[in-house]
Order: sequence, then C-alpha cells, then structure tokens
Amino acid sequence: MLLSCFALPALAGPFEDSVAKFANDEFSDTEAAVGEVASSGNPLASPIISALQDGRLSADPGSKKVFITRTDGKIVDAASGAAVDKLPDGAAAVRLNNRLRRTVEAALGGLTLLSPDPAKRLAAAQSVFKSHEENLLPTVESALAKESSKAIKQAFAEARAAIILFKSDASDSDKLDAVSVVKARGDQEALALLTGLGGDQPPLVAKAAASAVASIQSNLAMWSMVQNAWYGLSLGSVLLLAAIGLAITFGVMGVINMAHGEMVMLGAYTTFVVQEVIRTRYPALFDYSLLIAVPLAFLVAGAIGVLIERSIIRFLYGRPLETLLATWGLSLVLQQAVRTAFGPTNREVGNPSWMSGAFDLGQITITYNRLWILCFTLAVFAILLAMLRYTALGLEMRAVTQNRRMAASMGIATSRVDALTFGLGSGIAGIAGVALSQIDNVSPNLGQSYIIDSFMVVVFGGVGNLWGTLVGAFTLGIANKFLEPVAGAVLGKIAILVLIILFIQKRPRGLFALKGRTVEA
Amino acid sequence: MTPHILTRSLDRAATTFILIVAGLGVLIPLSNLLMPQGSMFQVPTYLVALWGKYVCYAILALSIDLIWGYCGILSLGHGAFFALGGYAMGMYLMRQIGSRGVYGNPVLPDFMVFLNWDKLPWYWYGFDKFWFAALMVLLVPGLLAFCFGWLAFRSRVTGVYLSIITQAMTYALLLGFFRNDFGFGGNNGLTDFKDILGFNVQADGTRCALFLLSCLALVIAFLICRAVVTSKLGKVLIAIRDAESRTRFLGYRVETYKLFVFTLSACMAGVAGALYVPQVGIINPSEFAPANSIEAVIWVAVGGRGTLVGAALGAVVVNYAKTFFTSGPLAPYWLFMLGALFILVTLLLPKGIVGTFNAWWEPWKARRSAGIAADEESAAREDGIGAPNPAE
Amino acid sequence: MNVMDTRATSAMLYLDGVHVSFDGFHAINNLSLALEPGEMRAIIGPNGAGKTTMMDIITGKTKPDEGTVLFDGSVDLTRLDETRIAELGIGRKFQKPTVFESQTVQDNLLLALNVDHSVRGTLFWRGSKGESERIDKVLETIRLTDARNRLAGSLSHGQKQWLEIGMLLAQDPKVLLVDEPVAGMTDVETHLTAELLKQINKNHTIMVVEHDMTFVRELGVKVTCLHEGSVLAEGSIDQVSSNERVVEVYLGR
Repeated sequence: MLLSCFALPALAGPFEDSVAKFANDEFSDTEAAVGEVASSGNPLASPIISALQDGRLSADPGSKKVFITRTDGKIVDAASGAAVDKLPDGAAAVRLNNRLRRTVEAALGGLTLLSPDPAKRLAAAQSVFKSHEENLLPTVESALAKESSKAIKQAFAEARAAIILFKSDASDSDKLDAVSVVKARGDQEALALLTGLGGDQPPLVAKAAASAVASIQSNLAMWSMVQNAWYGLSLGSVLLLAAIGLAITFGVMGVINMAHGEMVMLGAYTTFVVQEVIRTRYPALFDYSLLIAVPLAFLVAGAIGVLIERSIIRFLYGRPLETLLATWGLSLVLQQAVRTAFGPTNREVGNPSWMSGAFDLGQITITYNRLWILCFTLAVFAILLAMLRYTALGLEMRAVTQNRRMAASMGIATSRVDALTFGLGSGIAGIAGVALSQIDNVSPNLGQSYIIDSFMVVVFGGVGNLWGTLVGAFTLGIANKFLEPVAGAVLGKIAILVLIILFIQKRPRGLFALKGRTVEA
Repeated sequence: MTPHILTRSLDRAATTFILIVAGLGVLIPLSNLLMPQGSMFQVPTYLVALWGKYVCYAILALSIDLIWGYCGILSLGHGAFFALGGYAMGMYLMRQIGSRGVYGNPVLPDFMVFLNWDKLPWYWYGFDKFWFAALMVLLVPGLLAFCFGWLAFRSRVTGVYLSIITQAMTYALLLGFFRNDFGFGGNNGLTDFKDILGFNVQADGTRCALFLLSCLALVIAFLICRAVVTSKLGKVLIAIRDAESRTRFLGYRVETYKLFVFTLSACMAGVAGALYVPQVGIINPSEFAPANSIEAVIWVAVGGRGTLVGAALGAVVVNYAKTFFTSGPLAPYWLFMLGALFILVTLLLPKGIVGTFNAWWEPWKARRSAGIAADEESAAREDGIGAPNPAE
Repeated sequence: MNVMDTRATSAMLYLDGVHVSFDGFHAINNLSLALEPGEMRAIIGPNGAGKTTMMDIITGKTKPDEGTVLFDGSVDLTRLDETRIAELGIGRKFQKPTVFESQTVQDNLLLALNVDHSVRGTLFWRGSKGESERIDKVLETIRLTDARNRLAGSLSHGQKQWLEIGMLLAQDPKVLLVDEPVAGMTDVETHLTAELLKQINKNHTIMVVEHDMTFVRELGVKVTCLHEGSVLAEGSIDQVSSNERVVEVYLGR
C-alpha cells in the first residue's frame, strides 16, 4: 500500500467533510464517502481507502474524527495526515458489507490507475477490465490520455472498452468500437467479459459481441493447439535426448542396454556434484555450471560405458536376451551405488539464471529451460549425425556395424570400435542427464522413468536409423500431449503404449525400417 | 490326459521332484498342526505362509521357463499375468468381507465407499462366487495373453522386441491399476481379507491348506509342463527356439504354437498369483512393476532354463536368499547382490544350477556306465568266459 | 487375377514378370521362369544375381512388388505365407545349413515328416511304425543311420547338408528348392550329393542353386543363368557356359 505521503498538509473543506462521513456508521454514508474521497484527488485518498479495505480505518462517532492505523502500528488522522498518539476510547473500525467491499475495490482500482508505478497501473487496468466499474470511466479516460507506455495504454483502452460495454447509456457506435477492442484482446478474460454481457444489449451490439465470442473461441482453440504442440515438442525433445544414446547402442550396435537410464542418472548426478563444488568454492561461476557439467557428464558416463562394454557386454554379443538381463542387473547395482553415495532422496539441482523464467508468445507461455532443452537436444542430434558422417570413428562405426568381418579384415580394430561406440552412446545419455536435471527430480530412480519410453521411441522410429528416432520422439511427444487433455495424463500414457504395441504389430521394424534380405540374417 | 503322455513325462528326475514337493506339501502342514507350539519340529505359521509364497513363485518360474527355456520367448511382463490372477482372487476375497468392512457396506468394498461410489462396477459382478473368481483367475490372464500374443506373434515380433513390448504391457497395466477410477483400489490395492470359502484366511489350518494347495498346483503345473515338453510339441517348440524360420518352412504354424504355449503359461502364472494373494494378504499395483517380472526371469536363469526343475529351484533359492539378506544387517547390500547375480549368472553360469549340474553329471554317468561295462568285459575276459583273447 | 479355378500352365513352378526392390535396389527384375513337373533345374549366377531372393519369393518369405508366381499351374503363391506354402509341398534347403542343432538327427527328421502339424496333433502325437520306417529309410538314403541319436549340432558340415536334404525328403514335397547344397563339401561328398539329388529327382521336381560348375555339370540338367535379377541365358551347361554374355558377366567386362 502507498502510505508514503502523509506529511502533506491536509486540504480544508470538502475533503474533511467527506472523510467525516465515515464516522456516521451508516453503509450509505460510507459508500458516499468512498466515492467522494476517491475522486478528490487528495494524496491521502489511497491510504484511507486501503485502510478501510483492511479494517484499519477507525472512526470516533463522538468527535467525528477518523483515524488510520498504519501497517507499522502508527496512527494518523485521516483528514489531515497528522500523527496521533493513540486512538480515542470511542473509536471503532468502520464496518463494511459485501456490496461496499466491491465499491472499495473498484475505488482502489481507480486510485491505482494513477499510480506512478507502471506495474501498479497495469495491474489496476487489468482489474478494471474485469470489474468494469462504471464510475471509474473518467479516471480511466484521464489515465489513458496521460499514459505514455504503449502496453499500459492498450490495457487502459481495453479497460475503457469493458466499462463502455456494460454502460447502459453508451451509444451503439461506442459499444461496437468497444466490442472490437475487446475482441482484439482475444484471451480467456475477453471471452468471459463478452459472454457475461447481459441480454439487454442493442441487437447490433449483441450480434457483434456474439461474433466476437465465436472468433475469440476459435482463436483460443487454435492457441491451445499451439500450446499442446509446444508441450509436445518439449516432451519430444526430452524423449529424444533420452533415446539418442540408445539409438546408438541399441539401434546401431544392436546391444540392448537396460542400464541406459542409469547413464542418464549418472549425468544428472554429475551436474549435482559440479553445482555443489561451484556453490561452495566458486559461487560466481554458477551460471556456467551446466556448461562445465556437459563435458564432464559425457566423460563420466562415457567412461563407465566403455568399462561396461569391456567387462560385460563384449562377452554377450549375439545373445541379446542375456545382454538384457545382465544390463538390468547392472542398472540395479548402479542405482544402489548412487543411493548409497548420495542418499535415496531427491537432490537439489538449480537452474542457472539464463534458464529460469519464461516469456509469452501470443497466448502461451514458454519457459526458458524447456526452450533451451529443445535447442540443446537438436544441437546434440546434429553433432552426432555429423560425427557419424564425417569423422574417422563414425566411418569405422558404420563399417563395423554393417560388416564386422570385412571391417576387421580391412584393419579396423573392431573391439576398440565396439567399446568406443558403446562409450559414445553412454556419454550422450550422460549429457541427457545434465539437461534432464533441469526439469526432473534428481534421484537414483531418475533413469528408470525414461528407459521404457526411450525403448519405445527407438523401436517406434525404426532401429538403426537416427532420423527415425528423431521423428519417433517428436511424434510420441506430440501425440502424448494431444491425448492428455482428452484422456488425462495416465490414460494418455497408457493409450500411447497400447498404440505403440499395436503399431509394432503392423510394422515390427519401426517407421523407418531397413528392408531387404540382409535384415534378418 | 492319455496315460502314454504321463509315462513319457515322468523320468527319474521328474518323479523325484514331484515326490519332494508332495512330501513338503504334506509334512510342513502336518508339523505345523500336529506338533506342539514351540517344539523344534513345529514349523511356525509365518514360515508356512512364507514357504507358500515361495511355492507360488516357483509356479510363476515354471510358467516362464516353459516359454523362455523351451520356446525362446523372453517375456518381461509375466508379472502382469501373475498380478491379474492375484487381483481376480483378491476381488473374491474383498467380496467375502461383506459388511465386516470399516464402512460396513454389505456389497461395496471399503475403498469404493470411500470414493463415494454408489454401486458396484459391472466388472465386479460375480466375484462373490468362488467358482466364478476361480474361472477368472484362468480366463483373464489367458485372454490377455491370447490377445497380446495373437497380435505379437502373427506380426512376427520376436526376440528383444517382444521382451520390450511385454514390458510396456505390464507398465501400462501398472499405471492403470494405480488409478482409483480403475476400480481396483488404486494405490492401496486389495487387502484386509477376512475369509476364503468360509475359512478365516489368518487361521493356521487355512494357511496349511493353502500351502498344500500351492504344492499341489506346483505338481500339476510341473506335470503339464513336462507333458508339453516331452511331447512332439515340445520338440517343435525347441525347433522354434533354435531356428524359427526353418520350422516355418517345414510347414509348422509357428505363431499358433507360440500362442498356445504363451497362453498356457499365462494361465499358470495367473493361478500362481491367485494362490499367492490369500497367503500374503494383499495385492497392489506394485506387482505389475516391470522390475518384478524381470526378477522372476532371473530365478529361471539361476536355476537353469529349459530344465523346469531348475526354474522352480531357482525361484526358491533366490527368494530364500532375498528373505535372508533383506532381514539381516546386509539389507542395504541386497540390491548389489541381486544385480551381481544377474550379471554373474548370464556371464558365468549361462546354463544355471541344474543345467550346469546336468552338463557335468551326464557325461560322468555315461562314462561310469561305460566304465562299468568295460570293467565287466575285462573281468569276463580274465575269467576266460569272454571272447578269446587275441594275445593268447 | 483369377487363376484359382483353371490351370494357367502345365508348369510345376511358374514365375512371370516378377519384380522386387529393396529401398530402390532392384533385386529381381522382370524375372520369368518355368519348371516342368519332374524336372531338375540348376540355377547359376554371380553374387547378387537374385538367386536367394527368388527362393524367398517362391517360399513366401518375400512378397514381390509385381508379377505372377504360380505353383502347380493354379496356386498363386504371392498370397500365401511360408507355412501354407510349405504345406502345399514346397520344401527348401537353405544356403547356410540350418538344422535343429540341439535335437538329435532322428528328431530332426521326425519334425520334418509331413504328418499332422497342428498343435493338437503334436501334443497328442505317438509314434507309429510307418513313421519310424520312413525315418529309417531317409537315414539310410542320407547315410546317417549310425548318427541317428547324435545331436545335429555335433555333425560335420557335409553331414548337416545331408541331414537338411534328408529333412526335405521326410517332408516329401512336390518341389525341392535346394540352395548351394555342396558349399564347403569335399570332392567325394560333392559327388555323393549329386548322386543323391539325381536319385531324389526320380520322383520330385528340384531347383538347385549352385556356384560349383563341376557339380552342375555332373547333374547334367538344364541350366538357367541369372544376372541382375533376370534370366540371362537358359539351356544345357555347355550352351550356357559358351554364351558370350554369361562369360562376360562371370569374367567381368
């Protein structure tokens, strides 16, 4: 509340008379007093009315004096602003009823319309838009004339339009203009305002309002589609991030790694450790913590991946079901190891400043962390594609997966390539963990929640095809988010699982399957 | 069942296994009921229930071995069939509570009253009758397996793909059963059972009877599996496991065989679940967790897949170890041990306990009998009864 | 196409205008071929000529993009799956010997016998004298009588090839598709295999794919040379091997 301008000398005359009406203890007088005080332009008006709203306005019926108890406990005379030692014995709080409360709110809204603080003016304009209190029209119009900020001016214009719409004596042409202003606003509140318009409007206005309602509704439906699509893209990017590594180990190498989720989890814990070190030693670097964590997570998860390949998986090539079981066991061990080292509860991983916050795009809100993750995912994908296509390791990898014997006889150290490929897939999972630590709980179970989804993405997209994984991830993400509003989050997920199961029946080798007789060899 | 099937299925190992299970099934309840409380020969009731649980797990393991060990279908969703059988039994037990529940509603189980439901959902009809529930114990898992298998096998989903979609299946069911509006008690599942067929589920006698029934079910399940794997059908299953496409080119309808054995196995898992629920006193959605299904697979791997006896043995051994370790000071290390078990068994003991034993025992037995024959021959020669010695 | 009720051709196996492509690669290109009843035909051709893909098409493993594939003059094979085609009487021996390694030689043959292949039939199966006599006969033909109780996995490469041919015999199909039966065999084994095939040909139609020219010459039958998915030349071995284009294909340009 603005209580900063008490020292000003009180104006004698009508203002004091108006204030004195609060002491009558009659609702009608109080209402009149609110109206008069609010329109007085006196700097004390705002503190008086907000005190009234909060029950801090007291009146002494005997002396007809009115007092404000300030939020800091000091007491001032409402009419003059002079400090008073204590309330007189007969003073009692000025009472309000529900109708009066609305008047008070509207009056306050009108008062803050002229506040020097732009944020307050904007908020006031929004609240007037909702309340469309008729007696605020002059205030709104004067505020509109004075306003310099474009956005707030717009808000004032909308508030004015709202008032005019509900003003019974406004001309038809003014009302039609008002309808178009409200229509241009086009959000949920504009819709509520227009649908709340009574049936007693002139036919021309009623018709315009109805068409505005229809147009806003279709507009909103469109935006909700856009919103779902954005959520879908965002979920898709998370799925893709979790699945890219798997697309390498499962898709390219044919190794089914059930501990893939744990590689993601290790990446997330690497981020946690990096942030802990930064917090305690170099707090200034906090905004760079993720940049430091990405290569570290890649190295940690990648090294563990190489270790796993050398110690377990290489003995199980060609026995996919055994690989599945052994890596599942490994995932239990890794989870329990992390649980022992870091505890079973969620660990706090913070968002750097550039990843927190959000911005509005039309009718939807986009958070920076989701946006960054989408960009990051696409970057990882692009780098990986380029790596497979243009580097020596990428070439060797493709050679080994296509024809191991031939590659070996051409002098490629196939077992080294196997280890590096597996390390690469695991390392990418680690990077995914860095990103996922920004939007998910970092706990030992983090990986478990992604493993089934990741496999679904890879299988759906078609094994051995990175582009398939990309399309698969975004398709599943978007399908999920479009099903959610219809079926609910859990049923939506179940529906997706069932659809994938049915899809695999139809195309057992995924969307982008390789064809030919070598596939089954 | 024609007798030749029975005689064919009973070799010496199979007979021994049946005798041991039957013996335990009779002796443990007898000792619990007849021996005085606290005597060293008396098996306490909690142990009867615990071993009853192991026996149910053994049936589940058998059902997995039948499809994995003999037909190469690695299902990571068999826990779902087990849990569905369990839920069917749980629903019967819930209806038996009647007006003894907290809310005293004679028809609606407590959780439905709590959710302000005013009538029983249609899929709960009939579960007040035991025969109906017993039928559903077989039908529900069987039907799900049939539909799932029909889709999967017909479109030739095999190997790890099949494993992953069975896992997705149980995961989808897990999510579903967690929901309150599914009508199966949501998070808490079904519990607080009072009686089964009029007997108090907590009573010693009932627990012993349930244990005996579980052993009987294990024997029957074992016999069915033996009958299947020793028939020509068993040979076809192994042929499918080893060279599926070759089998198809011989004119066998591979998908029908898989569907048959998968559905049979799901029904067995359902029965195991149904016997499990009254003995542990609760069924909740966590039974659908993919981890449970994979754990059951490792029992089979530990015992030795494709041996049946090994599967049952593996289930008991691993679960005994689990009970032992998770109740002691080593509890925080149990998951390390379980994880290591997965890795070590697949790397070092791919045939499992029984398979490795057979690989060692059978050549030794063959050598020994060959040795005995050779000894006898040379003994006969020394006695001058055998063929004339060329050296003479 | 309605050919189910009339015999469109007298051929046992009839392929006409068959095309199949994998991701843009034309594996089979306008292939036409006819096998008369009781005929034995040798198919030769360089790697990638489409020999195995052709067998995949006949046995239902691969569906052609277009073209006609008829069995026994009237049955459209493109609409049937592997099992149905095998039931009709087309047997196949694979390039890489595939026998059921963890089962005995005898059980391999038992599985191949063309008796009731339904789930019910196999579950309640009990051996009959007729069946064991047939198995004995096949064992004798493929010279594996002594190895009948050995695991198929423990056989030598040549023995596995024979076992697979034996399985074809047990299956007793109308047409045998034999893919590279003598690959990896010794000269003696190759010779014996040729004898075996000739013996089988007395009452079966056979299509043999083989690289080994000595073997093909020894069979002494009509030869078809495939190249890039279509027929390059057809005739006796001497005609085909003196054909300029065949020489060109085999020796390079």
